[in-house]
Amino acid sequence: MKSSTIYYLAFAAAMAVCPLFLNAYWTDVFNNVGLYAILALSLNVILGHCGLFHMGHAAFYAIGAYTAAIINTSYGIPILWVMPLAGILAGIFAMIVARPIIHLRGDYLLIVTIGIVEIVRIALINNVFDITGGANGIFGISRPSVFGYKISKPDQFFYLIWGFAAVTIFLLLRLEHSRFGRALMYIKEDEVAAGGSGINVAHHKLVAFIIGAVWAGMCGTIYASKMTIIAPESFSFAESVVLFTIVILGGSGSIPGVILGSFLLVGLPEVFRGLAEYRMLVFGAAMVLMMIFRNQGLLPPGPKNYNVADLLQAGGGK
Amino acid sequence: MEEFFQQLTNGLAVGGIYALIALGYTMVYGVLKLINFAHGDLFTIGAYLGLTLLVSMGLFDKIGPLPAVILLAVMVMILVAIIGAILERVAYRPLRQSPRLSAVVSALGASIFFQNAIMAIYSPKFLVYPHDILPKAAINVLGMDIPIMRIIMFMTSLVLMAALYFFIQKTKIGTAIRAAAIDQGAAKLMGINVDRVIMLVFCIGPALGGAAGLMVGLYYGQINFSMGWMFGLKAFTAAILGGIGNIPGAMVGGLLLGVIEAMGAAYISIAWKDAIAFCVLILILIVRPTGLLGERVAEKV
Repeated sequence: MKSSTIYYLAFAAAMAVCPLFLNAYWTDVFNNVGLYAILALSLNVILGHCGLFHMGHAAFYAIGAYTAAIINTSYGIPILWVMPLAGILAGIFAMIVARPIIHLRGDYLLIVTIGIVEIVRIALINNVFDITGGANGIFGISRPSVFGYKISKPDQFFYLIWGFAAVTIFLLLRLEHSRFGRALMYIKEDEVAAGGSGINVAHHKLVAFIIGAVWAGMCGTIYASKMTIIAPESFSFAESVVLFTIVILGGSGSIPGVILGSFLLVGLPEVFRGLAEYRMLVFGAAMVLMMIFRNQGLLPPGPKNYNVADLLQAGGGK
Repeated sequence: MEEFFQQLTNGLAVGGIYALIALGYTMVYGVLKLINFAHGDLFTIGAYLGLTLLVSMGLFDKIGPLPAVILLAVMVMILVAIIGAILERVAYRPLRQSPRLSAVVSALGASIFFQNAIMAIYSPKFLVYPHDILPKAAINVLGMDIPIMRIIMFMTSLVLMAALYFFIQKTKIGTAIRAAAIDQGAAKLMGINVDRVIMLVFCIGPALGGAAGLMVGLYYGQINFSMGWMFGLKAFTAAILGGIGNIPGAMVGGLLLGVIEAMGAAYISIAWKDAIAFCVLILILIVRPTGLLGERVAEKV
């Protein structure tokens, strides 16, 4: 067994017994860490693997959460059943908005995605199509139930959220080592060379965007059912910044790094609750210092080794 | 028609503010190819320093309104310029050789730092400028009442922009700035101290932004620690609209965006006012990424 597999299994085992030692408050903190970890992992596909500066991830998250909330409250369909639909709608939205802007250079893409997340937030506040509930948002979203087993307590949510996180991590690890994942990394390292090697750059970038958006949309469903109330302010630009920072500080392109990043950025501040006022101050200063002294993040992705012959046998040489 | 002209003057007044802030973005971008995300917060700092100086020194009673405002503006501009220079030295200079993303993240970190520092020092609440210090009167132009503050604001921004334009185009230091923007390596070979040029750009841009902050404080009467964010984004939109890296472009873009926004708020919907600027931004980047007067920005590979 590879050493990385052992680390992942040990981490999974540690997380599985975790709620036994935590009180309700800390379990809830861990739940938030889990939600941010899933979201940051989905952003990692776009930002970390493909190298697209995307700072509007909260927009996709919002679309997923609102889709789930609207369908759940209007038609009474169980919230977890809506999850795929929420993901698909977020993905379609991503496809529509990303298609025209995908060719933009790094920091311009960043600005445009900021614009998109702000437009989505303003649209939600203005009660677009009369279904988003305006500034108050939507309330009365039902709790999820799994096989008739209703989930409402923090430790029950813990297993739902971290279970979903485990699925996410597994799938994204598969993605990272797939032909598609390698193509994304190539695009990140050198777009021109990737295009020269026959990778359809715009298509891969767009698909990376859609994958990230679908996953964020599904995560939005869990968020909506956990809070039972959602409002536009939960999906503000600041959320996008937190997600962006998790990926960058944790180590962009590195799945363990992103998980570590979400523990540090979402979990650690809870330890210093008394200093809440200076929390963001330290956070900003830490971002500057990190970039100066360790700009690859805390746990950058290691070098990757592939056995070319295996890949060819696996049908990689299409 | 009356409403149209009212909105036009309002748009031009606010557009002057956008233009002043946009100049800071565009100058920094021109020399460093960096979007200085902290620029909007330097604008906020200008507004807060203006309020502090105004209240603590009691200038208005001592020397009268007009000299007081001018003195205040000069002090705010100098202080914000110093903060801008420190920002460059601490957060950007060590990253000159790093990948672009590092500098962008550093800029975001600096922005978060400034916002929270202002919040910790002052308060998270809205602060109010003393409201009886400037003339509230309106003058009659062609049968319309136009608040005198709008005209003062518009004229001040024009004067500052004209001064900057003259400085960049006609003086030796301005020529050095333009040279560094075109090719840093060649500028070094010509004996230009590029580090000093960048430092200077980080003084001029924030100084103009600080002046804009003071004007916003005086015009709207209330300020908030997070206001720099929205103004910053819109000013950035203005810079893109005019063509980033291009100084006259930022001026034109700022005024144009102010007018578009005022018209949109009046004739489309006030609730969507903030979204209009972002729609302009996205449209301009899709349709004409060079901006109205600018260099080529989008890379199509």
